[in-house]
Amino acid sequence: MLLELEFEIEPGNFILAGEASSKIKETLKKLGVKPEILKKVAIVSYEAEMNIVIHSVGGILKAIISKDKIEVIAQDNGPGIEDIELAMKEGYSTAPEEIRNLGFGAGMGLPNMKKYSDYFEIDSQKGKGTRVYMIIYNK
Amino acid sequence: MKNLHSIMLDKEKCKGCTNCIKRCPTEAIRVRNSKARIIDQRCIDCGECIRTCPYHAKYAITDSLEEINKFQYKIALPAPSFYAQFEVDDVNKLLYALLELGFDDVFEVAKAAEIVTYFTKQFILSEKNKKPIISSACPAVVRLIQTKFPDLIENILPIASPMEVAAYIAKKKIQREKGIEEDKIGAFFISPCAAKMTYVNSPLGFERSYVDGVIAIKDVYGLVRSKLREIKDIKPLSIASGKGIGWAASGGESLALEIEEYVNVDGIHNVAKVLEEIENGRLKDIVYFEGLACSGGCVGGPLAVENPYVAKNRIKRLSSKLKDKEESLSAWTEEIINSFSLKLEDVLFEKELETNPVLELDSDIERAMEKFEKVNNILSMLPGLDCGACGSPTCKTLAEDIVRGFANDTDCIFILRENIKELANKMVELSNKLPPSLERNDE
Ligand code: SF4
Ligand code: SF4
Repeated sequence: MLLELEFEIEPGNFILAGEASSKIKETLKKLGVKPEILKKVAIVSYEAEMNIVIHSVGGILKAIISKDKIEVIAQDNGPGIEDIELAMKEGYSTAPEEIRNLGFGAGMGLPNMKKYSDYFEIDSQKGKGTRVYMIIYNK
Repeated sequence: MKNLHSIMLDKEKCKGCTNCIKRCPTEAIRVRNSKARIIDQRCIDCGECIRTCPYHAKYAITDSLEEINKFQYKIALPAPSFYAQFEVDDVNKLLYALLELGFDDVFEVAKAAEIVTYFTKQFILSEKNKKPIISSACPAVVRLIQTKFPDLIENILPIASPMEVAAYIAKKKIQREKGIEEDKIGAFFISPCAAKMTYVNSPLGFERSYVDGVIAIKDVYGLVRSKLREIKDIKPLSIASGKGIGWAASGGESLALEIEEYVNVDGIHNVAKVLEEIENGRLKDIVYFEGLACSGGCVGGPLAVENPYVAKNRIKRLSSKLKDKEESLSAWTEEIINSFSLKLEDVLFEKELETNPVLELDSDIERAMEKFEKVNNILSMLPGLDCGACGSPTCKTLAEDIVRGFANDTDCIFILRENIKELANKMVELSNKLPPSLERNDE
């Protein structure tokens, strides 16, 4: 059995930012997923959602929940990442000043997503979009 | 996890207005047969429903003052917020008034708060803690975390609350000074708080509580006031500093810790919002999170009398009045710590906090997933008005209640109406039909 949750994420909307990951979290709590697992999913889905809000022109956040794993997929419609290796560095950020002033875009998004997921895959094409695929095993 | 709770309903007064079900942070209340009903395992005793009910139908069970007479030696443990209930310039008068009520001794919870601060500072410096450290002083917040934020349990400060430390030290002190056996000494918390009552019955992080009873501030308020008028010369009884007394209001605990990276939040719904953010990995720069269920902090507790804003101001005034004595008063703190050779280990939790899984749909994840889908299907049929007429706080909770088997879809008045409409249409249709014996086709 699979549960699929999908949310559309609006770019630049900081008021709504975090709602999708909140709903994912809430669902996992209803399902009785263990606290350690919940914590990881909470962080990666929130970071993924924030990345779409801050950097993209919009996209979707998806969670596919099954008995043994939770897959989190963040897919946006551009503009894509020029240098993935650089983007994966802690503290590296392309977020504009005003967003940093809000306390976001500290360049920890992608590194954190990688750190807290058991499997991490990123795919990006300049001018097209970015897709992050993460798995957190439910052990 | 057993979760006894202290908040009760006065059935006579309850009108079933559904105001309380809407405000409950854990969706623990339903209205059935025009009366509110609290789901025991869900209630965290935050007191929100006591404050919300326009008919004062919700109350907390606490001990009566007579209870103290069961003990040979009676100690009052006034909460810091107790000081804020009265217009006095000298805390000693208040402590003296408590003695006049029949107590043999007082030990200020505010002093114990300073001891807790002392050890919390040590804990913050230790390597093994998870940041942000979440204060464990408010039992309603701890229970909220156990119920709704299980992944934050490991962030909770595993140190006994000031009330508990006060009871422990006060009893040891009397045993030592007067040679009275421990079970003959009764320690009574003079409380603004319903959640502390629950704590005493089923402690958090400990097997047993040293507190023998909890007496509501509102129940002694009148008595203390009348005693205050009679008191002429007073003995110096108070040894608490402004920092300890400051714990009564939101932010006081953090202030006492003298760190800069803290966040203090009051009001259970606000606390829940910030806990969400902590869950998301935000507030990473924050070392300490002080969340208090009551608005304003303990001064806004459901068993306190004075307006919380006035009370907060008094706390501020009392604290600043003690400014010059601060040094000698904190020397007291160390003297107590030394004389009982207390160490951090002595005040640490004895057992881990458990999660309270009442919000789970099922303990088996696959079955929970099935139920989750069912909830969503039912939810899509409900109007989404969250009107509360069904007795559940929201359409979503009703959908869950249905899946859990506690409610029916026809509890929703809109669905009931739809069904009735359908039925009525059918009846009209049927009533237009003639029995075959009369049916005639004239054409
Ligand atoms: S608020 Fe709750 S307890 Fe008070 S009258 Fe309304 S339903 Fe009853
Ligand atoms: S804020 Fe204070 S009075 Fe209110 S529930 Fe928490 S500990 Fe009790």
